[in-house]
Amino acid sequence: MSGEQDLTAEGGHGAVPLAGVPVAKKEHSAEREWPLYEVFVRGKRGLNHVHVGSLHAADDEMAVRHARDVYTRRNEGVSIWVVRADAVTASSPDEKDPLFAPSGDKVYRHPTFYAIPDDVPHM
Amino acid sequence: MTTTQVAPDADDALLAQFEATIGRSDRIEPRDWMPDAYRKTLVRQVAQHAHSEIIGMQPEGAWITRAPSLRRKAILLAKVQDEAGHGLYLYSAAETLGVSRQELTELLIEGRQKYSSIFNYPTLSYADVGTIGWLVDGAAICNQVPLCRTSYGPYGRAMIRICKEESFHQRQGYELLSTMMRGTDEQRAMVQESVDRFWWPALMMFGPPDADSPNTAQSMAWGVKRNTNDDLRQRFVDMSVPQAEALGVTFPDPELRWNAERGHHDFGEPDWDEFMQVVRGHGPCNTQRIAHRRRAHEDGAWVREAATAFADRQRSERAEAHG
Amino acid sequence: MTDHSNAYDGLLEHHDVAGDSSQWAFGTDFEDPLAGVDTTVPDDVDPAALATYCLMLGDDALVMSHRLGEWCSRAPDLEEDIALANTALDLLGQARLLLARAAAADPSVVPVLPEGSPVPAEDALAFFRGPGDFRNVRLVEVPNGDFAHTVARLLLFATVRLALLTRLAGSRDPVLSAIAVKGVKELTYHRDYAGRWFLTLAKGTEESRRRLLAALEDVWPLHPEMLATHPVEAAVAALGVGVDPAEVRDEVDAVLEQVLTASDVERPERGALAGVRGRTGRHGLHTEALSRLLAEMQVVAREHPLGQW
Repeated sequence: MSGEQDLTAEGGHGAVPLAGVPVAKKEHSAEREWPLYEVFVRGKRGLNHVHVGSLHAADDEMAVRHARDVYTRRNEGVSIWVVRADAVTASSPDEKDPLFAPSGDKVYRHPTFYAIPDDVPHM
Repeated sequence: MTTTQVAPDADDALLAQFEATIGRSDRIEPRDWMPDAYRKTLVRQVAQHAHSEIIGMQPEGAWITRAPSLRRKAILLAKVQDEAGHGLYLYSAAETLGVSRQELTELLIEGRQKYSSIFNYPTLSYADVGTIGWLVDGAAICNQVPLCRTSYGPYGRAMIRICKEESFHQRQGYELLSTMMRGTDEQRAMVQESVDRFWWPALMMFGPPDADSPNTAQSMAWGVKRNTNDDLRQRFVDMSVPQAEALGVTFPDPELRWNAERGHHDFGEPDWDEFMQVVRGHGPCNTQRIAHRRRAHEDGAWVREAATAFADRQRSERAEAHG
Repeated sequence: MTDHSNAYDGLLEHHDVAGDSSQWAFGTDFEDPLAGVDTTVPDDVDPAALATYCLMLGDDALVMSHRLGEWCSRAPDLEEDIALANTALDLLGQARLLLARAAAADPSVVPVLPEGSPVPAEDALAFFRGPGDFRNVRLVEVPNGDFAHTVARLLLFATVRLALLTRLAGSRDPVLSAIAVKGVKELTYHRDYAGRWFLTLAKGTEESRRRLLAALEDVWPLHPEMLATHPVEAAVAALGVGVDPAEVRDEVDAVLEQVLTASDVERPERGALAGVRGRTGRHGLHTEALSRLLAEMQVVAREHPLGQW
C-alpha cells in the first residue's frame, strides 16, 4: 500500500488517498464562475442576522433566492441578507497580511470570506 | 507530503503564532497566516469531502424515481438534497483557502481529485437506501463528528451544520430497514442481502489499518485529523453490532464476536485488495459516477453562462440609467 | 473528547463548539397544514366528484414533482439542484394531501390490494393505478428535456396552478381550503423562480435564448388543457368546493403576457394539443410518456403489494 499511505479516515465518507493530489489547477476552463456571496440569516424576530455560509449566484437577486433555497430549507429564517464576498471589508487579525504570506503559488488568489481591498490600510 | 514545510522566507514568529493557536485548541481563520503544507492538506481533505457529498448523491438518488411510498420518496429526495447542500457548504469552506468550486469540480471530473470509494459500489435494491443511511452514514458520522472540532474554522463550522442536518439521515435509514424487517419475508431477505453487500465496504471507509498508514502524525498534531483509522473502525463495529441485533440482521463476518478482555468486538479483515482496486479507479461504478457528474457539469455550462451574461447586461443597463 | 459509543452523542451537545444554538439559525420543526381542520366532507357534495377533483389536482402535483425530482444530481449547479428539489418536495407534499383527501372523500377510488396489505391509501393511489386512471394534464408528464424546457414548463404550470389555488383557498371544503392556502405560498415561489429563469435565459446568451424559444414552442401547446373545464371541475365549482379553470384564464394570460413582454418573447402561435375524441389527460388519456414514467415509479411498490415501507 506504499505510495498511497495517506488514507485518512476522517474527512467525511471514508478513506481517500490524498498524497500528491493537486490542490489547484494550472489552467482552468474559460467559464467565468458566478461570484461568491456571504449569507446572513435572522433566525427569528429579535435576533441578529448571523453568518450561515456562502453560495454562488450570478447576481444579487439570484443570491437571495439561492440563500432561501440553500440555507432556509428547515425554516431557519425570517430574513436573509446576502453580500458579495469581495465587497466585505475586514480587519486583519494578524500583523502580517496573508496576501503577503509566504507561498510560492496562488494561495490567496481568491481571498474570499472577509477579504480586504488592496487600498485598505492595516488596522 | 506531511512534513511541516514552510517556505524559507517565512517569519518564524508567524509559525510560532500559528502553532500557539493550534496548541490552545483555538481555531485558525481564513485571514490568519498558515503554513503552506497545512493549507494544502486542508484543501485536499475538504475537497475530497465535498466531492464525496456530491458523488454520494448518485447511488441513493438513483432510487428517488422508484421510492415505494410517497413518504419514502419525500424523505429520500430531502436527504439527497441535503447532500447537495453539504457539498456546497464544504466547497465554500475550501474557497476560503483560495481554490474555487469550479476548479475543484474540474479536478474531480478529470479524475485528479478523489472521493470516498464507498460511492463506487452500486445500489441494487431499495433496501440499499436504508443500509446506506444506517451503515454508510453511520460510519461517516463517526468520521465527521470529530471534525466539528477541527482546527480550521470554516471547515469546523460547515461540519457543525452538516452534522446537525445529518442526524436525520442515519435515523431514516435505520427506520426504513426496521420497517422492512416487520414486512414480508421477501423484504427481510432484501434487507439482509443489502447488509451483506455493504458491511465490508462500510468497514473499509475507515481506511487501511494504522500499521499500513505510516504517518498521519502531522495531521493529528495540526488538529486536522483527530483519531486513527483503527480507533474509528473499532468504534463503528462496537456501535453497529447491537443495532444489527435489534434489527434482526447479521453481519457477514464469522470472526465477529465480543471480546470481554478487550471490552470490544473482534472482527475479520476487510479485503484490502478490493479496496485498493476501487481506490485506483476500478470499482464497479467509478466510471459511471464521474461520467454522470461530468455530464451534469457540462450540460449546465450554457445555463451558468446565460445567468452571467444576464447579470452583466443588467449591471450595465443600470449603470447607464444612473449615468 | 466526545464519546462516540452512540453516533448521536456529541452531535447536538458540543456547546463549547456550537455555542448557543440560536447563533446558528438551525431551523425549527414544521407545522401540520391540516392541524385543527375539520375533515368531514360537506354533505351536499358528491363524494365521487370531490374525489376525482382531488385526483386531478393531486396527480398534477405528483407527476410534476416526479419529473422535477429527476433533476436531482443533474442540475446546472448545486444551488439549482437544491432549488429544484425544494419545488419537487413542495409539490409532493401537496400531492400527498390531495390523494389522501380523494381517498377520504370516496374510498372506492382507491385500488383494491390483496387482503392484509398495509399500503396506505395515498400509496395505493400513487403506485397501484394504471396510466388510464391518472387524471393529470399531459403538460406535467412529458420528459424534462433541457433546463429551458423545465423552466418553460414550470412557468406555465405554476402560473395556472397558483391562480387555481388562490381561488381554491376559499373552498367550502375546509381540507381543500387548507391545502390551497399552503400551496399558494409555495407556488408563488415556484412561479417567481421559473419567471426569473425564463427572463434570464431569454436575455442571457444567444444559445440560451435559442433553447428557451425552442422549449416554449414545445410546451406551449400542452398548457391550455390546464385551463379547459372538465365536467367534474364544473360540478365542484358550482358547489363552491372547486375552481372552474375557465375563471382564471384571463389572469393566467395577463401574467404570461407580462413575462413574455419582459423577455422580448413572442407568444407562440401553436394551438392546444389535440385530445382523442375530446379526451385528454384529465379524462385519463395521456401521452406515451406517462406509462413509462409510472413503470419506473411503481416498480418497487408493485413488486411488494404486501410490503411495508
